[in-house]
Amino acid sequence: MDTNTASASLTAKDFKSDVKPVWCPGCGDFGVLSSMTKVLAELGLRPENVAVISGIGCSSRIPAYLNCYGFHGVHGRALPLAIGLKVSRPDLTVVVTGGDGDGFSIGGNHFLHACRRNVDLTYIVMDNQVYGMTKGQASPTTEANWAKGKLTPGGPGINPFYPLVIALASGANYIARCSSGDPNGTAKVLAEAIAHPGFSFVQILSPCVTFRPEQREWKKVMRPSPVEPTDDPARAARRLMSDDGLNTGPLYIGSRKPYQPELKASVTDLADLEREFAV
Amino acid sequence: MTTETTPSVSIVLTGSGGAGVMTAGSMLLDAAGRAGYYALMTRSSGPQIRGGEAAAMVRIATHPVESHTDRFDLLAAIDWQNVGRFAAEIPMDGASLMVGDPGGGEKPQNIVASGARQGDLPLKEMAKAIEGGRPNMLMLGAVAAMIGLPEQAVAEVIERSLKRKGQEAIDASIACVRAGAEAAAELPPVPRLAAARGDKSRWSITGNEATGLGAIRGGVRFVAAYPITPATEVLEWLAPALKKVGGVLVQAEDELASITQIIGGSYGGTPSLTATSGPGLALMMESIGLAVASETPVVVVDVMRGGPSTGIPTKSEQSDLNIAVYGLHGDAPHLVVAPTSLGDCLFTTQWAVHLAEALQTACIVLSDQSLGQSQAIINRPADVAFLAKREKPALTGADLKRYAITDSGVSPMPIPGTPGGQYTADGLEHAESGTPSSAASDHKNQMDKRLRKLTAYNYGDHWADLSGAGDTAIVTWGSTCGPVGEALDRVRAAGGDARLIKLRLLTPVQPERFAAALDGVKRVLIVEQTHGGQFYRYLRAHYDLPGEVQVFAKPGPLPIRPAEIVDRLANWS
Repeated sequence: MDTNTASASLTAKDFKSDVKPVWCPGCGDFGVLSSMTKVLAELGLRPENVAVISGIGCSSRIPAYLNCYGFHGVHGRALPLAIGLKVSRPDLTVVVTGGDGDGFSIGGNHFLHACRRNVDLTYIVMDNQVYGMTKGQASPTTEANWAKGKLTPGGPGINPFYPLVIALASGANYIARCSSGDPNGTAKVLAEAIAHPGFSFVQILSPCVTFRPEQREWKKVMRPSPVEPTDDPARAARRLMSDDGLNTGPLYIGSRKPYQPELKASVTDLADLEREFAV
Repeated sequence: MTTETTPSVSIVLTGSGGAGVMTAGSMLLDAAGRAGYYALMTRSSGPQIRGGEAAAMVRIATHPVESHTDRFDLLAAIDWQNVGRFAAEIPMDGASLMVGDPGGGEKPQNIVASGARQGDLPLKEMAKAIEGGRPNMLMLGAVAAMIGLPEQAVAEVIERSLKRKGQEAIDASIACVRAGAEAAAELPPVPRLAAARGDKSRWSITGNEATGLGAIRGGVRFVAAYPITPATEVLEWLAPALKKVGGVLVQAEDELASITQIIGGSYGGTPSLTATSGPGLALMMESIGLAVASETPVVVVDVMRGGPSTGIPTKSEQSDLNIAVYGLHGDAPHLVVAPTSLGDCLFTTQWAVHLAEALQTACIVLSDQSLGQSQAIINRPADVAFLAKREKPALTGADLKRYAITDSGVSPMPIPGTPGGQYTADGLEHAESGTPSSAASDHKNQMDKRLRKLTAYNYGDHWADLSGAGDTAIVTWGSTCGPVGEALDRVRAAGGDARLIKLRLLTPVQPERFAAALDGVKRVLIVEQTHGGQFYRYLRAHYDLPGEVQVFAKPGPLPIRPAEIVDRLANWS
């Protein structure tokens, strides 16, 4: 991270683009956007050394709203795109953003393997337990009895996906939860997550005021976790067993070595590569 | 005993799993190389993961060869178990000879029915008489002696390949080779090779290795891929080679990840490639469209196999043409190229990297199992200057437009890390700045430029390999170029001729060049290895085909034989 820091200090505004978000008024993602610009400035990063990668969905629109390099790709594949970028350009600070459908449904397999691979990335999932862009279907994190989804009359009837449990089981190196209603608390966690080596996963409960207006309550009921983060996966797992999903702050901070192959040439003359073929 | 000499001999070595057929085949190929010959070897095996019956088909010649012939001169079997399974792949006739261990089971009736002459070679018994002896080495010695390969060349190959096993293993194998050669003197004769006259700098290489080398020579330094038959050897060669040149290969969780990882790698400024086969290509389609829309260069190698679905993974077919050309959703102009020979896998892949980078788009390379998994002794391919070179913006800052409308259609592409170059690459339709837009004018202008950059580019002479003259033309592509070229050699030797068009650039199409190549022809024969005539339909859709048009289309798994093409030309009706 050191090499990406600025000589002249930048402010949150320097990381904002002039593109106007497509989000509904009151969307939780506005809070996440402001936390992100704040933290990128606070970390002293230069816009040209940061890349924010996303897939498809309301929250995946974020790269265009930032002043840094960005890639708004296809649905569900932000993580592998970011892995390709970071592995080949370890000098960049790479952040991945998206929603619960993008990350846990269509991109679920990549989520497992990104946790496992432990590339030095930060993955921010703005979780609103609904598909907003396609107008209100159940997502992987929707409760089994949420009856308002038009494709799942009477409710999805299946248990929701537990992102923190999966992240822990799959090997993520930093795991935290935030509330978009608390931009300062979120910025603090994001700063830690970006600075922490390896794969950092941050779930941000970010209300969809259009299709899940009841989520406005999150701001009131979410609170900082009463306990400090642990570096012991077993302890973190026990905490998650009794988790009501509303505690914020880091849960697990691991020390697994990130995956980063050394990109150092030992052969300068390509003719050396063809020697094995000579008869 | 005198035997005629011949410029080309075809041999098949067979046996059951673990008998060492493939090892003997590779050694025979390399010995031919050392002795100054050219050669081609294809492998065939049963469905077993390890072991199982196997056949190594080797053609050795005094001149470069890109195809097997119509028949085999010699079949040598370590044992006869399940060898009948290969009967359709190894045509034999009354002039052929089949030799094998009389203690190795019943000779398969479907091969005996060819009328081939028979000979016995008690390999197992003979091997027992030699300390550390192995039947496959006896077979190697016998075959080499029968076709007139110098024993010295075989011994050198053994010394090189068994170095790590120690001197005892080398001595035992060389003793086997000698014993095999002695025993061979008692067998009915087969044609012996004429004197070798090979070029000094020849290579022993597979098509998949040549593809890997072409990628690195073109500048590829990042590869993400998922293993799949018959493309895996491209990756197995690339993984350690990339490491040496400061690049990396990542084994991804699936093909959806492979293609998006290389888009990410390329976005960061590193020329990137993946290799797969039909099922993987199908999975990658959505993101190849992303590379097209976001104008991110990537190369996707598809080593085609029999399809659809899981199909016939170990056998060649050209039936991914449709998906490669038409498989993307939306109007998505992109590049599709195909190597015209095993050695050309190097050139075409290197060219593909150059084109993808210069034109900032996706380039699909359609290789196939027959090119990829065959090994050959070829002349060292010429060095070419095609390298990855991406146009970068001279100016950055507020006025930079990543998707600027330009005359060439190519817009300068900033690389992350460049101050003032910040932009968001997008699969959403966008304005010149990159900002998402659904305006009709932006959609039209961006689609125009993405098409224009491909159609306005000058591909030079590389769009096809042209040869021959006359009022008949054969149009073909990929591995089918091999048997068609062999067929035309025969036609020419008999005093005839025809034009041959081996298409390398499949999209964008080159109507003017194609029309010039076919100018004045009266008959056009289209040759392809598909069931549905995909290549013929593609040609019909994009080109004018003058005169009488005939199609020779045959699906895998059996290769097209030169005689089938000669016959079609001779019996044109």
